[in-house]
Amino acid sequence: MNIHEYQAKAILREFGVPVPDGHVCYNSAGAREWAKRLGEGPWVVKAQIHAGGRGKGGGVKLARTADEVRKIAREMLGMILRTHQTGPEGKLVTRVLVENGCNIAKELYVSLVVDRASSKVAVMASTEGGMDIEEVAARAPDKIFTEIIDPLVGLTPFQCRNIAFSLGLGGKLVNKAVVVLQGLYKTFIACDCSMLEINPLVITAEDNLLCLDAKFGFDDNAVFRHPKLSDMRDYDEEDPNEVEASQHELSYISLTGNIGCLVNGAGLAMATMDIVKHYGGDPANFLDVGGGATAERVTEAFKIILSDKNVKGIMVNIFGGIMKCDIIATGVIEAAKQVSLQVPLVVRLEGTNVDKGKLLLAESGLNIVAADGMADAAQKIVQAVKGAN
Amino acid sequence: MSILINKNTKVITQGLGATGLFHANGAREYGTQMVGGVTPGKGGTTIDGFSVFDTVKDAVYKTGATASVIYVPPAFAADAIMEAVDAGIELVCCITEGIPVLDMVKVKQYMLGKGTRLVGPNCPGVITPGECKIGIMPGYIHKPGKIGVVSRSGTLTYEAVWQLTCVGLGQSTCVGIGGDPVNGTNHLDVLKMFEEDPGTEAVIMIGEIGGTSEEEGACFVKEHMTKPVAAYIAGVTAPPGKRMGHAGAIISGGKGTASEKVRVLEECGISVAASPAEMAQALLKIYKP
Repeated sequence: MNIHEYQAKAILREFGVPVPDGHVCYNSAGAREWAKRLGEGPWVVKAQIHAGGRGKGGGVKLARTADEVRKIAREMLGMILRTHQTGPEGKLVTRVLVENGCNIAKELYVSLVVDRASSKVAVMASTEGGMDIEEVAARAPDKIFTEIIDPLVGLTPFQCRNIAFSLGLGGKLVNKAVVVLQGLYKTFIACDCSMLEINPLVITAEDNLLCLDAKFGFDDNAVFRHPKLSDMRDYDEEDPNEVEASQHELSYISLTGNIGCLVNGAGLAMATMDIVKHYGGDPANFLDVGGGATAERVTEAFKIILSDKNVKGIMVNIFGGIMKCDIIATGVIEAAKQVSLQVPLVVRLEGTNVDKGKLLLAESGLNIVAADGMADAAQKIVQAVKGAN
Repeated sequence: MSILINKNTKVITQGLGATGLFHANGAREYGTQMVGGVTPGKGGTTIDGFSVFDTVKDAVYKTGATASVIYVPPAFAADAIMEAVDAGIELVCCITEGIPVLDMVKVKQYMLGKGTRLVGPNCPGVITPGECKIGIMPGYIHKPGKIGVVSRSGTLTYEAVWQLTCVGLGQSTCVGIGGDPVNGTNHLDVLKMFEEDPGTEAVIMIGEIGGTSEEEGACFVKEHMTKPVAAYIAGVTAPPGKRMGHAGAIISGGKGTASEKVRVLEECGISVAASPAEMAQALLKIYKP
């Protein structure tokens, strides 16, 4: 789950991490009003969408007067913002963040992640603030400083100082960095984050530290214990099919191809996409119906796959372990009838009760192509979709 | 021979709810010594012929169990793992999917210096065909033999096992290490065990996008392994930044792509299957039974 920048900053503020004063606005008059309340200016108006690279796309602008804030907000609200992360279709801006500007002396980078290699949380920092950290990692890995955090002790002051000195900070800034870093770690743990990135963390002309942007990644497995965070979820920012799928406990990711895939198990679902590609096709989605799928869930899965207008054929790949093939077959037949399926359907069943399942499909009278094995199924669906074009 | 479990392994089930009970029955039918279960507050009762205990310690004391399988819901699963560790269980298989990653960070720290091996979470379990099945895999697709299987995925493992069984190759032990980013056992750990196991002649290793577990395993294969290893990596078509079902299956920061893993594995002399339908063939290219 992702959240907007203004929400991220509100969380940080709650944990004592310094962020600029600001407020989210839904219309231009409100933006002007809030600018006046916040201070004397200048202000920054920032479009709120779940994607990076907003500055380059015209989604971050400086305003010298309150009227200018209103003018910029009016232009931004309702615009389609395109960045390298939104794709060519872009995202509609429905809210802007108006906040006080600051005098930037230097830009730094700080992030916290769950480090898989050590199975611990790691804090990373770099002097290359404002840059894409992946680029820094590739170009100058010696400019990234890392401290691994003991989960039972937490981020210690000496570790924070190590980072501060590595970043070249001195004087009072060192202790200010300790406060910021410990606040970030406290936030990370309290909110069950998987990632928390401050880019840039700035040193102001007045020798203060300030988080100018903040990006949170939350652990989906832990959302259940953070009802306040779930309330921040903005469904407009997500793929509607992925939202619909999650409500039916289906794991679905939409892709750009034209062959819909319905599979049980995440690994097999990925492998199914790969084998479609291997035989010259292009998968339209990742879809894992899970271990305990019922006929109803299979039907919902079909509906979601077919709501993608690019889909020209469907491949079902089931390895029935606990899940019985005859149950899946019943679900497939039911779904095909309910949605009056118009595109080719290739079904590969293997595992428990496979013969019963195959028999049900054969006797259904529906135009379902049976396949033996994954390779056969992939070849058949790729062929069928190519033939249709 | 086998690794981790054999016909003498005594197993208890933590979390005898509907799911746990279903699979405990399945394992018992397969021939596994399922010696009881733990449900706090139900100690002293019996469910489906399984003796129930209040605590893992109690169950271990009274049954002599050395292995435990966990079906406890995600919010409580980390605690269940630590309880098993504290009771001195040698092998814990945690099937539960959806445990918060920071819970697992704590569990890993808690386990340091203790004698327990954790497999999972979010995994199908471990099976030594014909002897002992711990977990949710369908027993009948397996066949006793000499191929070791290690994998991060459930159904994709069944696919590999089925391909092996269909070409007449049985398995020594199959280990599902699970799809989470922080887990108890990685590819490297299992490869080491297979290398030392006289009953294993060759290995199939199945991986997917995210992390570097496969690459670490591959380095071991190159440096120390005398037995042939074949592999398959899922997720060549997975887009970056999207979590593909498994919490750990995500390409982040341009790292953990399938193509990078395949490159490293091939460099280390592993026979990598071009498609998931060719896992058994990839093994047969480098291994003559």
